[in-house]
Amino acid sequence: MARNLSMNEAVNEALDQEMARDPTVICMGEDISGGTGSPGEDDAWGGPLGVTKGLSVKHGDRIMDTPLSESAFIGAAIGAACSGLRPVAELMFVDFMGVCFDEIFNQAAKFRYMFGGKAETPVVIRCMAGAGFRAAAQHSQMLTPIFTHIPGLKVVFPSNAYDAKGLLIQSIRDNDPVIFFEHKNLYDTKADVPEGLYTIPFAEANVVREGDDATIVTYGQTVQRSLDAAGALAKEGIECEVIDLRTLSPIDMDTVLESVENTGRLVCVDEANPRCSIAADVSATVTQEIFGALKAGVRMVTAPHTPVPFSPALEDLYIPGADRIAAAVRQTVAN
Amino acid sequence: MTDQPFSIDRGTLLDAYRTMKTIREFEERLHVDVARGDIPGFVHLYAGEEAAATAIMLHLGDNDRIASTHRGHGHCIAKGVDVKEMMGEIRGKASGACKGKGGSMHIADLSKGMMGANGILGAGAPLACGAGLAAKRRGDGGVAISFVGDGASNQGMFLESLNLAAVWNLPVVFVVENNGYAESTSVEWAVACDSYVDRASGFGMPGVTVDGTDFFAVHEAAGEVIARAREGGGPSLLECKMYRFYGHFEGDAQTYRAQGEVENLRENHDCIKIFRAAVTGAGVISAAELDTIDAQALALVNEAVEHATAAPMPGPEDLETDVYISYA
Repeated sequence: MARNLSMNEAVNEALDQEMARDPTVICMGEDISGGTGSPGEDDAWGGPLGVTKGLSVKHGDRIMDTPLSESAFIGAAIGAACSGLRPVAELMFVDFMGVCFDEIFNQAAKFRYMFGGKAETPVVIRCMAGAGFRAAAQHSQMLTPIFTHIPGLKVVFPSNAYDAKGLLIQSIRDNDPVIFFEHKNLYDTKADVPEGLYTIPFAEANVVREGDDATIVTYGQTVQRSLDAAGALAKEGIECEVIDLRTLSPIDMDTVLESVENTGRLVCVDEANPRCSIAADVSATVTQEIFGALKAGVRMVTAPHTPVPFSPALEDLYIPGADRIAAAVRQTVAN
Repeated sequence: MTDQPFSIDRGTLLDAYRTMKTIREFEERLHVDVARGDIPGFVHLYAGEEAAATAIMLHLGDNDRIASTHRGHGHCIAKGVDVKEMMGEIRGKASGACKGKGGSMHIADLSKGMMGANGILGAGAPLACGAGLAAKRRGDGGVAISFVGDGASNQGMFLESLNLAAVWNLPVVFVVENNGYAESTSVEWAVACDSYVDRASGFGMPGVTVDGTDFFAVHEAAGEVIARAREGGGPSLLECKMYRFYGHFEGDAQTYRAQGEVENLRENHDCIKIFRAAVTGAGVISAAELDTIDAQALALVNEAVEHATAAPMPGPEDLETDVYISYA
């Protein structure tokens, strides 16, 4: 039976149920239990936003607090993954990749290829991403294009609680290294989530709204903003198809191409910075593959090429909003 | 067993000598073949350091894991990776241990517990922590060894790994192979403490310094720290002071060395000569037996070169395979 759960609860449930099902699944990260070695309670935090709250009570020493030492414990998760475990490591904020990136992009991502197909590294690295939390430049980035750029990594970005549970279970069962993004602004958003275990396959985009006039391709928190824009545009007689990519690597370009073949118009919406972004990647692929189907130039709606600002007045401008998305659709439809 | 002064039986000593000699012949041959232009890319030779890898690996089984370095050929051979597959790999051949996709700096054989040579200095240490964690959870007494050079011992990820291994009480031994040079830079200058033992104590673990050219000393010291790890006593740091006979990489002009330094090393600090003198001097193994092994090691390496030379290169169909296990 489905319950109305927040994405926070859905992620917690996915971890809990997979750990109960598979004894090789362990979780590690800073404060994911919280309170280890401290005089007060264990499970004091359950992660900085409480996503893993209660798991250490159920799963004991398989929920491992770590020192503040991303380079060591992300690397250890990867080493353990090549040694028979299925670790889920929490890199608290994706912004912290700067201190442990070697272990991700030079080690985990490359083992399979460098070792001639003989290594398996079934590690999941969960990380919070995205702006809108008033967390400023070093706790608010997307950085999705950096991971998507690297062969050997899989990159997953759910936009809602239902997808979060199914995609996280799929990520844990996948035998390749997976970067699993959780947008901190989506943790409290709710959806109907089945009680039981289920998976959502990678490279299957979700057409969240159908329409014949323009295609909007996006992921993460801008899915809802794109839907808001599509709702406003419908009142003007413009029907948008909105595609939630769900996984950035592998990416479901077939669904995008099929949609643009029909609409002839494409707007790519990406909360990441614009250069070499997912938006740029999708735009280039569509232009290369089905240029003849396009009735207008492809448009991108992204964050500006700046760090994430702190001031709420500026941060609200930074994130692509429904108004900007709708304006871009109007431009492409007018052409 | 005949009465002899060593704590290691004669058969094991013969095996150890064979391993050391195979590593030496492998590296000497590569030195020649690189100069001849037969080998693509970077090659870092382990010649001169054989006693450490050999003595340490005698304490390990396939269930135990090692994370190696850019200078990994010796670790590979001592851990049991097939010499033919290694030679093929270094030549970029389809017959290589990694189908020619890794090369000298990325030889791995997980079935032998060899988690890979590594082109990123210090990166093996966190991986060894992970292998140690897996062994600890299995509860089978498995250990993991992290090899690191004196240079990479300054990397943050190495120092973080010492702390993590101590905090989690992991069955990991950190082996610092101190050959005196981080590429061209002296360890005396680049490491800001007098002794690695001090570094170990800073992380709450035992630290031992041993003469890495003395096979027996390494074997004894490694035996103690590995046994400690197996028994749940936690991590240790073992520094092996040693010498490399060649440059940081093949092609290194080595102008940072003192005049006559390498000649002196080969004459007076060759771990294989020292081993040979010890076992023949004690009357445990005859020179003739060792000479036979010398010839067999050379033949094995020659055969590996022939095999690798004859092997095909990977084809265009191999370029895009092995990136993922599943592509959706």
